[in-house]
Amino acid sequence: MPDVQSTVLEFVNKLRKRKIEGSQATAKCTVELLRSVISQQRVPHSNQASALIDAVKAVGEQLVAANPVELAVGNVVRRVLHIIREEDLSLATAAMAGLDLLDASDDDGEDDNCKVVGYSAMSAAVAAAAARSTLRPPSLQTLLEGTPESAAVPYTSSSGADSESKSKSADKSSITRKLKHDVIEGVNHLILEISGCHEQIAEQAIEHIHQNEVILTLGSSRTVLEFLCAAKEKKRSFRVFVAEGAPRYQGHLLAKELVARGLQTTVITDSAVFAMISRVNMVIIGAHAVMANGGVIGPVGVNMAALAAKKHAVPFVVLAGSHKLCPLYPHNPEVLLNELRSPSELLDFGEVSDCLDFGAGSGSPLLQVVNPTFDYVPPSLVSLFITDTGGHNPSYMYRLIADYYSADDLVM
Amino acid sequence: MDSMAAATSSSVPASGLTTVSVKSSKPLKEKTTKAERRALQDAQRAASKGASLDVFILALHVGIISCLYCVLSAEGGKAPLYDDESRVVKAKRRAVVKQTEAKNRVELFRHLPQYEHGTQLPDLETKFFLLDPMHPAVGLQYLSGDISGGNARCIAMLQAFQEVVKDYSTPPEKTLNRDLTAKISSYVSFLIECRPLSVSMGNAIRFVKNRIAKLPIMLFESEAKAALQSDIQRLISEKIVAADKAIVRHAVTKIRDGDVLLTYGSPSAVEMVLLQAHELRKKFRVLVVDSLPKLEGQLLLRRLIKRGIDCTYTHINAISYIMHEVTKVFLGASSVLSNGTVYSRVGTACVAMVASAFRVPVLVCCEAYKFHERVQLDSICSNELGDPNVISKVHGRGDINYLDGLTNNANLQFLNLMYDATPSDYISMIITDYGMVPPTSVPVIVREYQKEHLLV
Repeated sequence: MPDVQSTVLEFVNKLRKRKIEGSQATAKCTVELLRSVISQQRVPHSNQASALIDAVKAVGEQLVAANPVELAVGNVVRRVLHIIREEDLSLATAAMAGLDLLDASDDDGEDDNCKVVGYSAMSAAVAAAAARSTLRPPSLQTLLEGTPESAAVPYTSSSGADSESKSKSADKSSITRKLKHDVIEGVNHLILEISGCHEQIAEQAIEHIHQNEVILTLGSSRTVLEFLCAAKEKKRSFRVFVAEGAPRYQGHLLAKELVARGLQTTVITDSAVFAMISRVNMVIIGAHAVMANGGVIGPVGVNMAALAAKKHAVPFVVLAGSHKLCPLYPHNPEVLLNELRSPSELLDFGEVSDCLDFGAGSGSPLLQVVNPTFDYVPPSLVSLFITDTGGHNPSYMYRLIADYYSADDLVM
Repeated sequence: MDSMAAATSSSVPASGLTTVSVKSSKPLKEKTTKAERRALQDAQRAASKGASLDVFILALHVGIISCLYCVLSAEGGKAPLYDDESRVVKAKRRAVVKQTEAKNRVELFRHLPQYEHGTQLPDLETKFFLLDPMHPAVGLQYLSGDISGGNARCIAMLQAFQEVVKDYSTPPEKTLNRDLTAKISSYVSFLIECRPLSVSMGNAIRFVKNRIAKLPIMLFESEAKAALQSDIQRLISEKIVAADKAIVRHAVTKIRDGDVLLTYGSPSAVEMVLLQAHELRKKFRVLVVDSLPKLEGQLLLRRLIKRGIDCTYTHINAISYIMHEVTKVFLGASSVLSNGTVYSRVGTACVAMVASAFRVPVLVCCEAYKFHERVQLDSICSNELGDPNVISKVHGRGDINYLDGLTNNANLQFLNLMYDATPSDYISMIITDYGMVPPTSVPVIVREYQKEHLLV
């Protein structure tokens, strides 16, 4: 495992120094790293799922600590953990289904102890199967009969299964290999999903863009670029206003790409967003992250555009791949989920150095320069989210979290 | 007598009143106002009665005033129609500065002039000594952006007019009124070519022409010139300088200890308020918000820091981030229109909108001479377009050159708006030399102010 450790450390360094840009790239690298961690992890015969979970969590905590603002890292780690739990659960229920028949057949030849254990394992498995239903919409029956205890039960089910394994070790060894195999399969599926999110989102472009539209966008998002080009390919004619996005000027990059693909583009300054919004039909932006309440973390300046769009009743559409959906609720996101960049992008020190009086302790004024990277848009200002699973209302986003994440993994 | 000659040369007022050839960049409009129609009737009555000399003169006066109104209203506030081909061609023929139109124009702004900025300055410099000595200097300063800001431009222009008046001498066979007005109009059209007029300048020009027209015809030339110069001086000192002092006195009462004040760009009135409040030893912090491409906030920042005020500097995209700690927003205005809309530097509307979303009061400091009777709903109908190249090449950041070489691409346009219109519901209060009023009181002040304007 030493070389896995070194790759982990290397990746942590890259994250800390912000060498990797963009949530999609970060997510893919993280998943690939976790895949190699899982495949190289030696799992014991008992409690293998928890061993895997612990290994992934250990690595995940390091990664998240390296770049807490890049929420895609945490999202992806939680996705992998959820995959492990899911696969483990499905294997356990399959094993239980198989053991059901076996136990029924050789009732007599067992120890009392084993039988008791067997029975307790069985009941635990039943409870586990019932607990599984808490991950799915609960049926009326379970609600009326009272739910069993929480999702801690899957652990006991696996321990129950492991105690079975002492007596039926031949079956179990195949199951051992199967868990890792399934998990790696699931992780590969996740990588494909992350890579393909742009195409899935772009397919929906044609439903939202009609002829002679004027679209406003901010910053530079590859998702938005693909979205607009997909509509262009289907012969919809429209114009795009791109706001510059000072101080990083991402808007210039996006404009360059759009012009290269043949779209009518006009570059405007950020201060002109309110002036132009009365003539715009739709605002489309790419999100950096989507929070559990439907709020959006985006490039700085999107809140201004969202407020202007609300005032003029212009639809505000946010494009986000599913790896950007974060199961956390934003508390004070402007401060806690933000990053302040170098002030030199705004103001050169040499321009004001002659005015600043550095006389010690004379109460001389200090000049502060504020240069945040991200902006938070509350869910009330967003009209529509377009993800690779389709279009959703902001109030629906919390529901997607249950599909992708387990409740245990929220606090790592 | 030159007045007799003038009377005969102007012909019967009834027919040709609206087409007296006063030189202007825009052709006179055909419709006559109520005043003009009354003047026509008076003149006709005078002519039909077999008039005496003084009635003729009276009719002439009234006629001149009414036709000047028509000229003034064409200059003061009506939107120029640059999508009308014939007018554009006529204007070009009279132009002093050679304009070349920008190749890649934004369709939405076809009604506004958009010229290539690079070629004008060198062209003007070559002509500098060929033109009349007085006016190019101010025009050059406008063109190169040395003077910017409503008050500064207006004062510079009025001082230039004072020089013009001082050096003026009536040519033979002409009256002072009409000739001087014609000269002023030609200078104004030159200034417009350098940079479109701001509303404050339009109002000032209207005032000056009004004063010229009101001069009694019997006055000696030197007396007339002295009267004019003192009038212009009075405009500057009363309506601009003293007004600023009044605004400062009102506004500092609104600043309390512990305040965090936000301001945008570099408004002259707000700067005076902040400096005065600092003199009065009030404890407050200032947040200066800036935006491209002009980066005017940096100038304000330097001046505030030199005086020892605590400042924070940021750009307009970050206002949502900092607005939660702001207690009041002070903004400047180029003009306030009659429906309460504040017409000012582009970006002001964004700041006001975010401030009202965070429930922060927005105070606009604007002198009353900048008020105007026209109305505007959005920022597109009437605006000024700046140099588009400034957007593609970012000043001071050599690494940002993504759009080099694409400036001639047919698919790509740059839009550099100078002004925008802030709706009145975002404004809490307007601080003027007449006091602190809500935006809805502006048409009332315009009505009263105009009356006073004419009577004085």
